[in-house]
Amino acid sequence: MKILLLAKLFASDFTKQKKKITLTVLALTWGTVAIVMLLAFGEGMTRQLRKARSGLGGPIVILWGGETTIPYEGLRRGREIRFMDEDVELLKKSIPEIEMISGEYSRWGRTLEYKDKTVSEHLTGVYPSFEKMRAHIAQKGGRFINELDMKNRRRVIFLGHELKEKLFKEEEAVGKTLLLDNIPFTVIGVMVEKMQMGMYSGPDVNKATIPSTTFKAIYTHRWPYLSNIVYQPKDPGRVKYVEREVFRVLGKKYKFDPEDERALWVWDVIEGRKIFDKILLGIQVFLGIMGGLTLMIAGVGVANIMYVTVRRRTKEIGIKLALGARRGYIMWQFLLEAIVISAFGGAMGMTASFTITKILEKIPVKEEGLQWLGKPIISAEIALLTALVLGIVGVASGYFPSLRASRLDPVESLRYE
Amino acid sequence: MIRMKSIWRVYDTGKVKVEALRNIDLFIQPNEFISIMGPSGSGKSTLMNIIGCLDVPTGGNYALEGKEVSRLHPNQLAEIRNRKMGFVFQNFNLLNYASVYENVELPLIFAGFSSRKRRKRVESLLDKVGLTERRNHLPSELSGGEMQRIAIARALANNPSIILADEPTGNLDSTTGKEIINMFEELWRQGNTVVMITHDPEISRRTKRIIKLKDGMIENDEKNHHENQTPG
Repeated sequence: MKILLLAKLFASDFTKQKKKITLTVLALTWGTVAIVMLLAFGEGMTRQLRKARSGLGGPIVILWGGETTIPYEGLRRGREIRFMDEDVELLKKSIPEIEMISGEYSRWGRTLEYKDKTVSEHLTGVYPSFEKMRAHIAQKGGRFINELDMKNRRRVIFLGHELKEKLFKEEEAVGKTLLLDNIPFTVIGVMVEKMQMGMYSGPDVNKATIPSTTFKAIYTHRWPYLSNIVYQPKDPGRVKYVEREVFRVLGKKYKFDPEDERALWVWDVIEGRKIFDKILLGIQVFLGIMGGLTLMIAGVGVANIMYVTVRRRTKEIGIKLALGARRGYIMWQFLLEAIVISAFGGAMGMTASFTITKILEKIPVKEEGLQWLGKPIISAEIALLTALVLGIVGVASGYFPSLRASRLDPVESLRYE
Repeated sequence: MIRMKSIWRVYDTGKVKVEALRNIDLFIQPNEFISIMGPSGSGKSTLMNIIGCLDVPTGGNYALEGKEVSRLHPNQLAEIRNRKMGFVFQNFNLLNYASVYENVELPLIFAGFSSRKRRKRVESLLDKVGLTERRNHLPSELSGGEMQRIAIARALANNPSIILADEPTGNLDSTTGKEIINMFEELWRQGNTVVMITHDPEISRRTKRIIKLKDGMIENDEKNHHENQTPG
């Protein structure tokens, strides 16, 4: 009966303030849509960017030779450090904390021919561990370079998927022979399509990759150096320690001060990711606050309605107080009404947001820029967070009017007309 | 059961202080039938509000059933109003969106009774005022007399110690008014204490004690000598 009475009260308020309540519910709906959609776009973008980020590969560190800046053991500063193939073995042997490692040879503008198609692209020579470290995953039916390819210096080639399309179009590439600088190579695999955010010497989709041993045999007569070394520590938390070890080991070999930071160029992808995660979180928080503010404004509408309601029902409050209603009862009655209005607007907003998300899911996106944005995703966290904000808005907007109602003087309220 | 000593009620409007009650001493025994009279502005309503714990005195002491109530927390006052006071107003003060049944039920809700107990009590109260068949009507569908009977049923809900009526017949025609006064007299005969504000000497004559107020003070407080009159 109590609930029925409250429902009747609400109904009477609704008929008296129909327009205002409708508008406020709409404002709440809009506020909810704003917060949910902003967060959902943020979530979609975050997931898309994380995916794109994983295009570079796992928790790795990429190492280039630099230039010394500190004189060391009688040697002048300004010496260039260049890696040789044997450095890879040296590092692997000296630092047990390294899980995987690969040298990377690199040449621009190599000619690739298949039938009547000729393209000029970037070529790298790497170890099999690139498959995992640098996400060189083969599409179904193909494979990446393996140990036997290395051992036998096989003339096998692995293609980025865009490069494959340039040369082979729709045709199956695996097993076909193409010419790399006029030497026949067999295609062993094509890389899966991937988005890639971090990159060096161009995106992987356009690269051709061959075993580093094969590369060494063909291309290193005039320039024997590796372009860079890629390694993955066993424990990403120990990345700084491993980095110091790398400086120590290579410093000893090439005679540079292990403290000389410029002797090697280090791209710590692991650290970069931590920062990137913080930026993404920052974006999410920013979007959430924007949405939250929109919802707060709707909350002002609720508070306004509640103040009017309290004034309109002053007499009723007086009667109830005279009959022995405690302050808490009066308070709850109005607070509940504010919460019901907020919940109603929130439910409508949630429904609208889910509908929008479902519709956007169905629209195919071809534009590359839009692909980076991703599709809005309403996660459980977003739904919960929005419900929480709505709850706060409902309670906050109802609290002060309700408090005023409960503190009314019974005698004056009874006199109110 | 009511013992008031030097009660003052001063309204501080900022610029002027209005003394609505000045040094009131008042004793009310159980089962009295009292009317409070006086010109408007004499403090009748203020006195009644303080008796009913709707208002608290600015100064003085008010003991209800031996317990000092003039300094209680609003929630404690609410409980006293709920359990010990039954209010009947000139303009009925029914909730217009609630049915007859719900209006009578309200004090029982505040008292925290279960819905089963409430139903039993409301039914017996409606039966007492003879409006059982009106239980699902809205107040706007009732006559003035019926509305006041509902208000009386509501006032009786928690078996109050005192029934306080502020000009209960003021908005009723004389025949209906008489019926209402009959009801109050009947309640008094059943052992209730009834305190009633009225302008009408016809009505005050039916009560057993008449308190006359003037300028916030008791001008006259006497036993009614028309006691032998039969109720009309």
